Amino acid sequence: MSAPPPGTGARVEVVGLSTGYGRRQVLDSIRLTVDPGGWLAVIGPNGSGKSTLLRSMLGFHRHQGQVRVDGVPTTGMPRRERARALAYAPQIPVLPEGVTTGDYVTLGRTPHRPLLAAPRGVDRRVVADVMERLGLTPMADRLLSTLSGGEQQRAVLARALAQQPRVLLLDEPTASLDLGHAQQVLDLVDRLRRQDGLTVVSTLHDLTLAGQYADRLALLSHGRVVAEGSPGEVLTATALADHYGARAQVVTGPDGPAVLPVRDGARLPSGGAHPTA
Amino acid sequence: MTATAGSGTRSQPGTPAPATPRGRRRPGLVLAGSGVALVLAMLAGVWIGALPLAPGAVVATLLDRLLGPLGIDVPGGLSGTQEAVLLQLRLPRVLLAALVGAGLAIAGAAYQGVFRNPLADPYLLGAAAGAGLGATLVIAYSPVQSLGPVGIVPLAAFAGALLGVGCALALGAVTGGSHGPTLLLAGIAVAAFLSAGQTLVQQKNTDDLREIYGWLLGQLGKAQWSDVLVVLPYLGASCLVLLLCGRALDVLAVGDDEASSLGVHPGRLRLLVIVAASLATASAVAVSGLIGFVGLVVPHIARRFVGGSNARLLPVSLLIGGAFLVLTDVVARVVIAPAELPIGVVTAFIGAPFFAGLLWIGARQR
Repeated sequence: MSAPPPGTGARVEVVGLSTGYGRRQVLDSIRLTVDPGGWLAVIGPNGSGKSTLLRSMLGFHRHQGQVRVDGVPTTGMPRRERARALAYAPQIPVLPEGVTTGDYVTLGRTPHRPLLAAPRGVDRRVVADVMERLGLTPMADRLLSTLSGGEQQRAVLARALAQQPRVLLLDEPTASLDLGHAQQVLDLVDRLRRQDGLTVVSTLHDLTLAGQYADRLALLSHGRVVAEGSPGEVLTATALADHYGARAQVVTGPDGPAVLPVRDGARLPSGGAHPTA
Repeated sequence: MTATAGSGTRSQPGTPAPATPRGRRRPGLVLAGSGVALVLAMLAGVWIGALPLAPGAVVATLLDRLLGPLGIDVPGGLSGTQEAVLLQLRLPRVLLAALVGAGLAIAGAAYQGVFRNPLADPYLLGAAAGAGLGATLVIAYSPVQSLGPVGIVPLAAFAGALLGVGCALALGAVTGGSHGPTLLLAGIAVAAFLSAGQTLVQQKNTDDLREIYGWLLGQLGKAQWSDVLVVLPYLGASCLVLLLCGRALDVLAVGDDEASSLGVHPGRLRLLVIVAASLATASAVAVSGLIGFVGLVVPHIARRFVGGSNARLLPVSLLIGGAFLVLTDVVARVVIAPAELPIGVVTAFIGAPFFAGLLWIGARQR
């Protein structure tokens, strides 16, 4: 690995963050702390404010309260400086037409070079290194739109990593992937964070995966953090019933708690295949 | 959750992967080729016409003029009348065509990039409708032909174009749309209103219909050195700004949130690019009338060669746009010589089949 190693992960603190759309309050006094090199997964039912929390942390969304990276508030930080600390991969990335994977990943170097200048040697080295680590080197000259869904997701990750951030914010990194590809992406994120000491904050709707990969979970419900802690502490049948309106058992799996949905009522004795007349 | 807008797509996995198109690997070659095409087109533009000028003699005369101040004489130039045709008629006309074509093409590419919309063109935000209204008003009502050295029609067209875009931007801001789609809709509303005003004035002044139509369809026949000198500063400055914005536009192409997370201010960048592209459009329209098609299609032709990256697309569009308009102007004055076709008609007549052919070839390659 020839590229200079990225800085180690930063401590991320969210203090009293509140925001809303118009008069509707979406987040109410959120307080969270993520240790350097930690992985916090924000979970919660649809509409609980997970994506808004991520977008507020990145400064896309006007909010009250503070987000601090290693103690430095991000509000008032110049945009480019913030972009060198925080990288972001949205749930549905916009993939530009007619752009090669290599060029797309190179966009991640934007905050590190003058906006008018061409990529320099160091930029090309970092991009080549990141693409090698993510297995994208063979696709460098292919158009982004011709990659498979899993490869596209890796390209988006590569673009974020080319920023050499200290914190990686991922909005549903597995949303459009099947189980195998989802596991590949999460394994990759986990490996990268261990190798580089990156701090990861992600939203994840799959609770079992969230429990397996993140070391802390924060459960968001109606814009408040209602539970925070290790996966075992947060993922309880009671919490799922209260906040998701879900019937589920939480069983102990090999890598942490696994959420097992439970059907209402007994299964019909004859089975589903032959409906009785 | 981020909304996807515009032409960015999340394509289905497993689409057959075409090889990297030729030229995408060698953007420098395409750029040089476009430059050569522009120079050749301009030479053809001065050679061909009602009075054909010998290519060698034209080059000799030009070199003689350029090197004269250095005390170098180049023999074999044109005769007196021929030289007058070259210097007073052909040269300003070819230069003006190149400037206008280049300006419209880069403005179109910039609009398409900033709105992430392949159907955007330089006239989208009311520049054409505003210029049309301005020109029609002064053709119909102005008692004077010029203010100082500058004709009153170009002035009115320039002001009208900027007014149209200004109204669209203001309306967009009031309706909360620094985002692309709202601004586009604001532009459509403004353009419709100004066009209606133009039609109204035109219908009340049917005596001037011929002159108004002549302007609306675009014209380079009256090109003079003064036109070239008047637009050069505005076109030059705005094209320079757009060329410098290419890389930033590439960042904007990944969406507002992601651009912001990469350290770019999407709102400010969009405004800068729209203002520069509109200034280029207004300058071009002021001296040439409404020449259609160039701003919409030339960027797509350029895209076939260099791909979607704005950093490469903008300079190549600029060069191809200049070459394209110079060549269409040659056709416009040759086909029914000594009369001339309106250049706006020729751009579409030549450009549409050419573009269709490119699309067809592209589809076969895939």
